[in-house]
Amino acid sequence: MTELSRRNFLCAGSAVGGGLLLSLSLPIAGNAQPKAFVPNAFVRIGEDGKVVMTMPYVEMGQGTYTSIPMLIAEELEVELKQVQLEHARPDAKLYGNPVLGGEQVTGNSSAIRAAWQPLRQAGAVARTMLVAAAARRWKVERSSCHAEAGEVLHAPSGRRLKYGELAADAAQMPMPKDVPLKQAKDFKLIGTSAKRLDTPAKVNGTAIYGIDVRPPGVKIATLAQSPVFGGKLKSVADTAAKAVKGVRQIVRLDDAVAVVADHMGAAKKGLAALKIEWDDGPNARLTTADIVAELEQATLKPGPVAQAIGDAKKTLAGAASKVEATYQVPFLAHAAMEPMNCTVHLTKDSCEVWLGTQVVARAQVAAAQTAGLPLDKVVVHNHLLGGGFGRRLEVDSVIRAVEIAKRVDGPVKVVWTREEDIQHDMYRPYWLDRISAGLDDKGKPVAWHNRYAGSSVIARWAPPWFNNGLDPDSTEGAINLVYGLPNLRVEYLRVEPPGIPTAFWRSVGPSHNVFVTESFIDELAAVAKQDPVAYRRDLLDKSPRARAVLDLAAEKSGWEQKLPEGIGRGVSLQFAFASYMALVAEVEVAKDGSVRVRRVVCAVDCGSVVNPDTVRAQLQSAVIFGITAALYGEITLRNGRVEQTNFDNYQVLRIDEAPTAIDVHLVQNNEAPGGIGEPGTSAIVPAVANAIFAATGKRLRKMPVDTNLLKRPA
Amino acid sequence: MAFAIKINGKTHSVDVDGDTPLLWVLRDVLGMTGTKFGCGQALCGACTVHIDGNATRSCITTVDSLQGSEVTTIEAIGATPTGAKIQKAWLDKEVVQCGYCQSGQIMSAAALLAQTPKPTDADIDSAMSGNICRCGTYVRIREAIKQAAQS
Repeated sequence: MTELSRRNFLCAGSAVGGGLLLSLSLPIAGNAQPKAFVPNAFVRIGEDGKVVMTMPYVEMGQGTYTSIPMLIAEELEVELKQVQLEHARPDAKLYGNPVLGGEQVTGNSSAIRAAWQPLRQAGAVARTMLVAAAARRWKVERSSCHAEAGEVLHAPSGRRLKYGELAADAAQMPMPKDVPLKQAKDFKLIGTSAKRLDTPAKVNGTAIYGIDVRPPGVKIATLAQSPVFGGKLKSVADTAAKAVKGVRQIVRLDDAVAVVADHMGAAKKGLAALKIEWDDGPNARLTTADIVAELEQATLKPGPVAQAIGDAKKTLAGAASKVEATYQVPFLAHAAMEPMNCTVHLTKDSCEVWLGTQVVARAQVAAAQTAGLPLDKVVVHNHLLGGGFGRRLEVDSVIRAVEIAKRVDGPVKVVWTREEDIQHDMYRPYWLDRISAGLDDKGKPVAWHNRYAGSSVIARWAPPWFNNGLDPDSTEGAINLVYGLPNLRVEYLRVEPPGIPTAFWRSVGPSHNVFVTESFIDELAAVAKQDPVAYRRDLLDKSPRARAVLDLAAEKSGWEQKLPEGIGRGVSLQFAFASYMALVAEVEVAKDGSVRVRRVVCAVDCGSVVNPDTVRAQLQSAVIFGITAALYGEITLRNGRVEQTNFDNYQVLRIDEAPTAIDVHLVQNNEAPGGIGEPGTSAIVPAVANAIFAATGKRLRKMPVDTNLLKRPA
Repeated sequence: MAFAIKINGKTHSVDVDGDTPLLWVLRDVLGMTGTKFGCGQALCGACTVHIDGNATRSCITTVDSLQGSEVTTIEAIGATPTGAKIQKAWLDKEVVQCGYCQSGQIMSAAALLAQTPKPTDADIDSAMSGNICRCGTYVRIREAIKQAAQS
């Protein structure tokens, strides 16, 4: 590709996206525009007045391409409509996430926490230099100048200069140190429901996701990977496939086969025409039950202690009453709407990669290693993500695409079918918990013992974060509970299942732990014959923020109001991702056992809020995602194969099943920001289970909901 | 053989097998990538286009079935009165998150509104239940359709 055609190609999505450039991985800004003002890795102001912001966190629906620009713009004193955005290139030194060990990662609901200080600082530094440049040009005191809406003004004389006019001079100014940031009371943008910058292009078909890239001459490939994890390709008969119009090539890998064609229709038809034999390998007979049996066995013995307070064992033995339960949550697929895909153009000495990823630097490393090229020969273009949910924290699709590209002349886009996407996902782990509590004679918990087993995603994904058998993700939501529990012991046993890869999934560790702890505390309330809200409230003396959200959710949901038969309310309370959340679900259980979540009320204290409407949208989103998991989500193995294939047997909640309302109530304060993309997912699942208990008296300790257990005589 | 397909008012000639789904002709042959691939089996609605005004899943609609039909895609829906209303309501209500399914949602909603200008909640649920949104924007989709119907 010539430089010109590449530029045109990369800019293709930018023409209509008012305010959204979203196109290039150009060489570092300073080189591209010699006279641009580039005070840091996030801001570039050209002499033409264009304000370009480079996004260190990727947009996968969570609104980060609006909230991050809001942080910068607040201090830079520009209006959002003046701003253009671009995706960051792989460079962890510049774009590393301080909350996640400096890796260039978007995940764990961390972007606002990570960006809150540095990105406002980036804007403030840029503004300070622009003001200094103006003051020098006017030969006036800096303190007599101020910035506003992309201009520097000198109020005494009424003079003003646009940022573009100051860019060249500002670039010559010394970098200021310790620029003070605005106080919350002075925010103009932060705390407002600013319109999203990424949406205009998403309603008219011009937004470009990874799957939409079309480098000149690109071929489309689709693939079949060994249906049993760890299996190998034995043989392929491809005569019929090669005869399909538009099929160009069959690519054989050790454990996969791909059909390369002019378009996906031909590639799919070709793939269906292949006669493939697999060597299923050691996992050929694996079933989910084998994995569950292993977890059951593992939890019979003590494990590494994640948290210990007082003496749980002794107190439990002497308690007035004792409650014991076993909980289980299943493997889950991500099923992002954009199926996995990656486009690669590999030559002898270069590799160009196009995709949407939460880990662009890891994608570059994976491509380089697979291609056998040095890192600086690999260019990665990131794009909008058609859903992430943790799936795009993995680079298996990059490795696959480079393996295929090695055998293809010219650029190739590898698009997974939905069946491949679901059957070769990397799954939310199966977890199994044995939990017990001792109650005093008033029903209050005096001892709490939770021992659980499951895969540690961290141990594979970031080995240095796994220490002494423990990691911060597998334990979040199981330890440091909001409740005052005088004697507590939590043990985690890492058990890696054979034959099924695991990965992060929206709300990660808490997706499991909060279901268990919030269901179990509900069980204790029932044993104590107390109201679930009142019972929790009594344990919150030391957690005023948790108590406040619980009270707010109870009030807004009309917790005290009676409900008709077959309808119940359930509550959950959590501190996760540095946010407090209480959630009330109102659930109807029909005679046939089917469950409908009618209404959800959520109270959240996530500290300082950048964009309140985005917070509401994320909670609505996370709640629906969690209801899908609670009602339908389950990946099972039989003969080593994932049994689910597409949206008919891996169901996703649809609009006619969605709650009529998901009301979100925000607590206003100036605390440090907390995460918001995920906590709604972990919070809704126990709220639904608790509501089912309220409606039916049936305690469901295993997800997803088994409607057979809820059937009532007609 | 070559097929002549009328898309957004313009006739294109494409040389593909007759059983090729329209989706791939749009995306890979003609480069109109606004229409999305989600499932390939008419289960998710991401690929929804209009064929003679009816919301249709392009992933299972073969090109040889289109003779004489008018195809409208997300790229041109804004030129229709209901399409423009829906797009505006989608932005006003901030429906969109990742956005990947929204081309299909908007096409289904625009067809609904063209055929049922004042849809009830049940009409909305029925017309939109074939479109999955993994970001769960359903509550806002309902609100946006109602706003568009009133505008």
